[in-house]
Amino acid sequence: MSTLLPELAARSMPHLMLAPIVLPLFTATLTLLMREERQRVKLGLNIASTALGLLIAVALLGWAHEASTPAGMGVYLQGNWAAPFGIVLVLDRLSALMLVLTSTIALCAIVFAGTRWHRAGVHFHTLYQLQLMGLAGAFLTGDLFNLFVFFEIMLAASYGLLLHGSGRARVQSGLHYIAINLAASSLFLIGASMLYGITGTLNMADLARCVPLVAPQDLGLLHAAAAILATAFLIKAAVWPLNFWLVPAYSAATAPVGALFAVMTKVGIYTLLRLWTLMFGSEAGASALFGGAWLMGAGMLTMAFGAIGMMASQRPVHQAGFAALLSSGTVLAAAGFGQNQLTAAMLYYLPGSTLAIAALFLLADLIERWRTDGTALRADDGDEAPFLTPELVPRPGLNLDDEEEVLVGRAIPAAAALLGLAWLMSTLVIAGLPPLSGFVGKFAMLSALLNPLGLGSSAGVQPGAAGWTLLALLIATGLLSLMALTRAGMRNFWAASERLAPRLHVLEGLPVAALLAACVALTLGAGPVMRFTEAAANALHAPDTYIRAVLQAQPVAGPAPAPVPPAVGLTPGAAR
Amino acid sequence: MEIVLALAIGVLTGSGVWLLLRPRTFQIIMGLSLLSYAVNLFIFSMGRLGLAVGKEPVLAAGVPQDLQHYADPLPQALVLTAIVIGFAMTALFLVVLLASRGISGTDHVDGTQAPGSQEMP
Repeated sequence: MSTLLPELAARSMPHLMLAPIVLPLFTATLTLLMREERQRVKLGLNIASTALGLLIAVALLGWAHEASTPAGMGVYLQGNWAAPFGIVLVLDRLSALMLVLTSTIALCAIVFAGTRWHRAGVHFHTLYQLQLMGLAGAFLTGDLFNLFVFFEIMLAASYGLLLHGSGRARVQSGLHYIAINLAASSLFLIGASMLYGITGTLNMADLARCVPLVAPQDLGLLHAAAAILATAFLIKAAVWPLNFWLVPAYSAATAPVGALFAVMTKVGIYTLLRLWTLMFGSEAGASALFGGAWLMGAGMLTMAFGAIGMMASQRPVHQAGFAALLSSGTVLAAAGFGQNQLTAAMLYYLPGSTLAIAALFLLADLIERWRTDGTALRADDGDEAPFLTPELVPRPGLNLDDEEEVLVGRAIPAAAALLGLAWLMSTLVIAGLPPLSGFVGKFAMLSALLNPLGLGSSAGVQPGAAGWTLLALLIATGLLSLMALTRAGMRNFWAASERLAPRLHVLEGLPVAALLAACVALTLGAGPVMRFTEAAANALHAPDTYIRAVLQAQPVAGPAPAPVPPAVGLTPGAAR
Repeated sequence: MEIVLALAIGVLTGSGVWLLLRPRTFQIIMGLSLLSYAVNLFIFSMGRLGLAVGKEPVLAAGVPQDLQHYADPLPQALVLTAIVIGFAMTALFLVVLLASRGISGTDHVDGTQAPGSQEMP
């Protein structure tokens, strides 16, 4: 299996690169044409297509990592136009990693949705596939304006998915979410067109080539354009103070949608990382590392905000939302340093934390259903402690820690055990405690901060003030999130003696277990994965290969051209 | 010509941002529309050949076929795409706006109004 998939990918390349975009589009069209009553067929189709997408993404990952590919990079010239003129698709290690992450979460979320959530509204499956198409397109495109188009596809589908299930809370937070994203799209357009005005190109690789050549009097404009563009991405990445929309929107969404949205903040981070390393890498001349301090600072503030928010919230789904903030802040702050080792560690941390947050969104839904015995939480239920009165006094009749003899010898129902274990595991990953992947990622980040040149050489390199701050924040936010999630776990699992055992569908427990199993796999395969992310980080910080691979990609030679007829129609005289 | 275009973009953006910051959903959708008009004009002005005053937008007979004599075609393509997407998104926002109005019974963006507020209806 491990050699078969890359082998297949190598044979079908480069056309397989189109599959992550075309396959969801095809499935979306198919499900759109089916009648709304054929939910089961649609569900089967959706699951099959998403599973196939995961296989394709894994194959692409293997292909991108193979040594035989030139610099681990695939370039697809759409319409057979050479690079700066046509729109290119580019696949490298980072985009392949994001594709696999997205497909994994998407598959788990759709299986979870299959038990009940997909029936809560119309056209769920179509919107879901379109969302996947937008995500894959954003990861694969090598063109700034095409990125905008894929962003809009992704966002349009996400508006529909967020509103799926309707209800007052969803419509209200959806309104805020749409308004802020439309404003962000305007910023995106302004930034992209300004960059075009200054450099004359929209191709990312060509843009990177042009940045060092920009005239000194235009540098201010270039930086303004980059900052405006970055603001659009920072809104998507939910950086403080641009993130007030995230927690209400994500917690109002149905659980599988919330889990899928856990990837959406990472899209903003991915594009920031891609464009920033391309345009303002160390070879960008006067504007090298422009804005790095802003990324660092904003990321650290977001980390602090996310951790404090986790402490402050009572509902598990709100905690999951704040955990998404914490994760994206951590990634962003680490990216801002522009340092190979740190970026590699951050790229290892990113998939693990995203998987755990997606699992947390699914778990939160199950826990809240269990707690309310199946009745949906009212929209105005707010963010109150589940077992306390508004005055923070335990409700009467609740067994907190007296009457312990009742609990002795009682078998824990399997479903409750599964929920508790899953909660514990995602807590470990998010807080960064051993033995799971969160710890490995955080440890790698800390050691990269202390030893930027690698473990072997520690002579006299100091992390600096920003480094020490990030180091302190990494540890402090880990502690805060651990406390917050443990407290919620104690409330929901240990103080549950008078509730019935949770009733869990197998297809609800399975995706949660699969997401956490992926975290375990990341931990077990930490060595190879870390080598992979190191290669990805090195490629990011030395964008020469990317630029050359894209700009030198040759169109496929067609069959021998037919003899050209004399171009009478084009001469001015003949036209008249 | 430059000053007229700059003024138009500036006025549209200013009004758009002001309306965006208002608490009523209708004002927000108007603000978003104005903002997208401003952005479309801005994309036009970002052509590589300046504002292209008096230059042909499409191929014309009798004009030498090089970029000296035509407007930059790329921003036009970008604007076309941006207009289409912008319209679709505005339409979608309108639907959500109506849904919110129907569910909450008020056109305040938060779905509720602070008690005793003196907001113009």
